[in-house]
Amino acid sequence: MRALRILLEKEFRQVFRDPAILRMMFIMPAVQLIVMPLAADYEVKNVKICIVDYDHSTYSQKLTNKIVASNYFKLVDYTDSYEKALEHVEKDEADVVLQIPAQFEKQLVKEDKSTLFLALNAINGVKANLGGAYLRSIISDFNRDVRLDWIQMPRFNPVPLIEITSLNWFNPLMNYRFFMVPGILVILVTMTGAFLSALNIVKEKEVGTIEQINVTPIRKYQFILGKLLPFWVLGLIILTIGLIIAYVIYGIVPVGNILTIYIFAAIYLLAVLGLGLLVSTLVDTQQQAMLISFFMMMIFILLGGLYTSIDSMPGWAQTFTKFNPVSYFIEVMRMVVLKGSSLYDIRSHLGIVFIFGVVLNSFAVWNYKKRS
Amino acid sequence: MPPVQQKTRQQTKMKQFIYFIRKEFFHLWRDKRTLFILFGMPLMQILIFGFALTNEVKNAKIGILDNSKDEMTTEIINELEASRYFDIEENIHSNADLEKAFQSGRIKMAVVFPDRFQDELMHTNKAPIQLIGDATDPNVANTLINYASAIILDYQEHMKGFQQYPYTINSEVRMLYNPQMKGSYNFVPGVMAMVLMLVCAMMTSISIVREKEMGTMEVILVSPIVPIRVVIAKMVPYFLLSSVNIASILLLSVFVLEVPIQGNLVLLVSECLLFTVTVLALGLLISSVAGSQQVAMLISLMGLFLPTVMLSGFMFPVENMPIPLQVISNIVPAKWFYYIVKNIMIKGLGFTYVWKETLILLGMTVFFMVVSVKRFKTRLE
Repeated sequence: MRALRILLEKEFRQVFRDPAILRMMFIMPAVQLIVMPLAADYEVKNVKICIVDYDHSTYSQKLTNKIVASNYFKLVDYTDSYEKALEHVEKDEADVVLQIPAQFEKQLVKEDKSTLFLALNAINGVKANLGGAYLRSIISDFNRDVRLDWIQMPRFNPVPLIEITSLNWFNPLMNYRFFMVPGILVILVTMTGAFLSALNIVKEKEVGTIEQINVTPIRKYQFILGKLLPFWVLGLIILTIGLIIAYVIYGIVPVGNILTIYIFAAIYLLAVLGLGLLVSTLVDTQQQAMLISFFMMMIFILLGGLYTSIDSMPGWAQTFTKFNPVSYFIEVMRMVVLKGSSLYDIRSHLGIVFIFGVVLNSFAVWNYKKRS
Repeated sequence: MPPVQQKTRQQTKMKQFIYFIRKEFFHLWRDKRTLFILFGMPLMQILIFGFALTNEVKNAKIGILDNSKDEMTTEIINELEASRYFDIEENIHSNADLEKAFQSGRIKMAVVFPDRFQDELMHTNKAPIQLIGDATDPNVANTLINYASAIILDYQEHMKGFQQYPYTINSEVRMLYNPQMKGSYNFVPGVMAMVLMLVCAMMTSISIVREKEMGTMEVILVSPIVPIRVVIAKMVPYFLLSSVNIASILLLSVFVLEVPIQGNLVLLVSECLLFTVTVLALGLLISSVAGSQQVAMLISLMGLFLPTVMLSGFMFPVENMPIPLQVISNIVPAKWFYYIVKNIMIKGLGFTYVWKETLILLGMTVFFMVVSVKRFKTRLE
């Protein structure tokens, strides 16, 4: 026990003596947490539209006005050449092209039927889909107006009409930041913890001080524990700073119990730090440690469900996320912060991450050899 | 000085330089593990992300609370189930079930039918359906509700006994550049930018600091070689390594991910090489600023990773960001590279469409190089 205490004292001193690392550990996550959520806005708004009007009729005018008046679209150009419109798309100045063919009004009135052409820039599928959907709903609205001009609608609904109402639970204002901030916080805590712990043991190897530890009677598990605990404390401090920033800047107050977050984070950090230490025992240089842990982190983070929904990934990737500790923490964070889930709701997440922690740390202890 | 002697001096200088490059190659070549990671990592990443990353929404789990259980609701439920967007989660029989399913994250959206849905629709010609989205992720909620509404409206149009209205406007939709709406068209250029950025910046950022840490820097400082050559010699091996990576990434994109190269291949490759140099120079800049390997790595990873992912425009549209961030995004090299690759590779445009962006990357490269050579101190403090 005494050995562990002394070891901890050494580690803490080492951490606090390097102001550059310390500064970076706290300031970088804080700055990123303040700035990054502002960038994270998937919402499709201000779709840039280019209208090609070959018809120049009252109806084409009316439709154009209706589109401009809606909040979804920003009119980039109103022209009568499709080539010109396409050039706007090529230069990324327009997302959608609406082409109103010649004789549009005439056909509609005389033949009861007319066709509009939409061309969507589909490189970003979501934007194309939603932009198309908005545009079609405006067109069908316009269609209704046209019909009202020509036929006397009966007072009651002539045909069955299904009324669709929609509700948004948990985040009625559809604020994207409520969704992103908890997730980004998870990533920052994870990255700092994993990188620093991965670099730690290997640094002693590189500098040569590990020899000194190897000749002491310190037990292997004590050594690993001594490396683990300082970063565990730091991780929880970063989490606290992050939660304060989330509250002060974004006004996010967890709906659920804040203690739930801490309990989960405490266990989660054990798993992440264990992974870092395991990497550290495996490699010979800091460079290798950084590359390997970065490689893993990048996959964990990008497949963790922060940026893209896990449900839409292919089957093998979904199976992989079951072994991804980051995805569990992101999910838990969102559940507790936004939905107010309780410790009971997240019990399976907690159990799985606990197993990760035990397995990874045992591996790290087992893999650490006291001779070179 | 006679001209002959000057010429030999030139030659020795050149020789020195070549020796120096060889030294850097040895460093890289001898560390087989790092080398393996450097070649393997980008390949794995492009494969994993190319297949797995998509912001399409499909197979989303939805709950259905059918209080009516009549012919029509069953038909609508079948329609929803048949679409590739939704998977129906069973076992929801009451409001409480619904709430629990949302709470535990089992479903993303719910469709609620009132009791006597069909009766009401047939007799009063009007009946409500309620869609409830889990708006913790507003984007997914919005998209799912839109998809579900479209399916229900479609059902309504084709319902029995419905006759065609006069004065109908049809719309014909064309998907430009990406007719199959594949997510990889958007993500491959983005992942390319990200992978090149991170691998190159990280590797070079360590290289100078490492010499400082190991103490070998002093040896270099007392040698007659000038700073600019040290800096360039450090870049050469990583530049070659990156060229191999670029080739393999492009091959994988075309043959495995089936994202075709629409534009000029030579142009695309030269833009990739230019970007590599930009990022290598950025790495050297970090290296000359940082005091230890740990600091260098933290800057190049923590400092570059999130901004590259978030500000380059491939995850989140830049035009949605607040103005200050839009301005900041301009200093992220990956943003320009992403734009260039998207235009050449996916849209098939020529140099006339990307010359401005190319010039910006070129300018950044020169800036990074000048600053890192200036900051390269010829003495240790």
